[in-house]
Amino acid sequence: MNREGSPWTGLGPVFGKELSDQLGSVRMRILELLVLIAAIGAVYVASQTMRATLAQSPIAFLQLFTTAERPLPSFVTFLGFFVPLMAVSLGFDAVNGELNRGTLSRVLAQPIYRDALLMGKFLAALATLALVLVGLWLVTTGFGIVVLGVPPGGEEVGRGLLFLLLTLFYAGVWLSLALLFSLLFRQPSTSAMVSLGVWIFFAVLWPIFAQYLAQAITGPAFFESSQIRQAELATMIARVSPSTLYAEAVQVILHPSVRSLGPVFYSQIERALIGAPLPLVESLSLVWPQVVALLSASCLLFALAYVVFQRREIRA
Amino acid sequence: MNRVVIRTRALAKRYGDQLAVDGLDLEVREAEVFGLLGPNGSGKTTTILMLLGLTEPSAGEIAVLGLDPRRQPITVKRQVGYLPDAVGFYDDYTARENLRYTARLNGRKRAGLEAEIERALARMGLADVIDRRVATYSRGMRQRLGLAEIVLRAPRIAILDEPTVGLDPAGAGEFLDMVLALKHEGMSVLLSSHHLHQVQAICDRVGLFSRGKMVLQGTVDELASQVLGASWRVHLEAQGERLAAALQAIPGVGRVAEERKSHWLVEADNDVRPALVRAALDAGAEIRSVQMERPGLDEIYANYFRSPAAGAYA
Repeated sequence: MNREGSPWTGLGPVFGKELSDQLGSVRMRILELLVLIAAIGAVYVASQTMRATLAQSPIAFLQLFTTAERPLPSFVTFLGFFVPLMAVSLGFDAVNGELNRGTLSRVLAQPIYRDALLMGKFLAALATLALVLVGLWLVTTGFGIVVLGVPPGGEEVGRGLLFLLLTLFYAGVWLSLALLFSLLFRQPSTSAMVSLGVWIFFAVLWPIFAQYLAQAITGPAFFESSQIRQAELATMIARVSPSTLYAEAVQVILHPSVRSLGPVFYSQIERALIGAPLPLVESLSLVWPQVVALLSASCLLFALAYVVFQRREIRA
Repeated sequence: MNRVVIRTRALAKRYGDQLAVDGLDLEVREAEVFGLLGPNGSGKTTTILMLLGLTEPSAGEIAVLGLDPRRQPITVKRQVGYLPDAVGFYDDYTARENLRYTARLNGRKRAGLEAEIERALARMGLADVIDRRVATYSRGMRQRLGLAEIVLRAPRIAILDEPTVGLDPAGAGEFLDMVLALKHEGMSVLLSSHHLHQVQAICDRVGLFSRGKMVLQGTVDELASQVLGASWRVHLEAQGERLAAALQAIPGVGRVAEERKSHWLVEADNDVRPALVRAALDAGAEIRSVQMERPGLDEIYANYFRSPAAGAYA
């Protein structure tokens, strides 16, 4: 059945309203403040360590993000923790919140399609995250220039931007998931708890399960070949989790010297210059599957949310 | 007779094995107030959502302004204003901001919009609170804000779902007067309610709903004569010997009953009061008072479900 008109009618106003709501909301302010403090702390500690050890490295700015000094984790680790939290907090009450306030039926009675509402909410939340991430990156880079006394090189900026984009894709997965749960559950508190539960499951429990699952599938490994097979299987199972995909991709993008994910044979690194950096394009092609997997996971979840929303009864 | 603006044929909606709306034939005409009346859960809101294309019908046909809301939902929604049951607004926004958002969703340009918003709100008596957050609004103010939204959009049809629920009698009356004013400007209004007596005053025609079926449709007077038979009930206080026979002999009189001593109830199919007085005087009776009672919708509804015709549903 053909539909008349464009599904994007009304997307602009919805996007504008949601964006201003999100940026002005108390919950976002608190998270922003939290992330900013954590980021500055991590980067500061990292810079202190770096000043003491390696004075001038060609990838100093990337190390700023990845160096961890006990007890503080690195900037990247912080982001990997806060980004899903932010994404969930932006999306968990997107639809059921409107349903409970009685605004959903009124808004959908306007001459727009449901597409515009859902897409507008998704894009506005993503834009909010992008704004926060870019701001954070600029602040930490500026901080780095002051502390390290050198500007970042072209490749460092490129890798930094790629890292931002990657983080945004990762956020997109959790945002789509939260959006989906905001459709499936009536109560915002339920959808928030379920979203966070899924996140904790994939971020914390799944990598542990992956080990045992691989062992269970392959059985006891006595020979080297079967041990390798088991390790590879464990890695593949772990990659079901978006957190694993993100961690792997970030590791490669921010460490130019990383040339492989997973087990490597001695024969493979024979005559290789250990620690020599890979060009940006090579790093990118190494994690291309991870990037595509993250992007398609968020697309898939959003598509699912879209289908659920089209069939949703909207009476309060 | 005015043009038909909403028409449904054998419209049905099934949730699981429960029929929420069952074979509904509905007609709403231009510039009339049509009351969709019935108890909660009788299928009124489901019907309204189907008219707006917000819920998919299971069977049947709908034409709103000649268009099918399933195929042309945008065009339909552009010409139909909707005030939902328990309408909600964005609490952190002012009335002005809420209306501005709706106007933008309707593709309105910014030029002249603010003045129109102010005019719409002023007309609903909200001029003083225009820049106050909606969180501070009372239930009645929210309803009027909803009506202001409809005024701003100026649609050809307004659909109001249970608009008087939660309003005090004065507020409800005020609200219904505003609805009546919209009708006089040529807007067609479909109004659902379970407060039968409250809305019967402003409805040109009503449809009585029960368990997903429209059991009666017409003007209040038509329904009264259909259900109560004789729709004119006159209370006569008089004393006389041969009064009962004399009253019974008047053309058009149906039932005559002496409710208590010298208090007579006369049911007739027209206004028999002059003939009644004459007959009573001719019979040598002393008349103390003559009062006519117009049956209300509540009574019609209650009577309908007591009558054998409704046996299938009751």
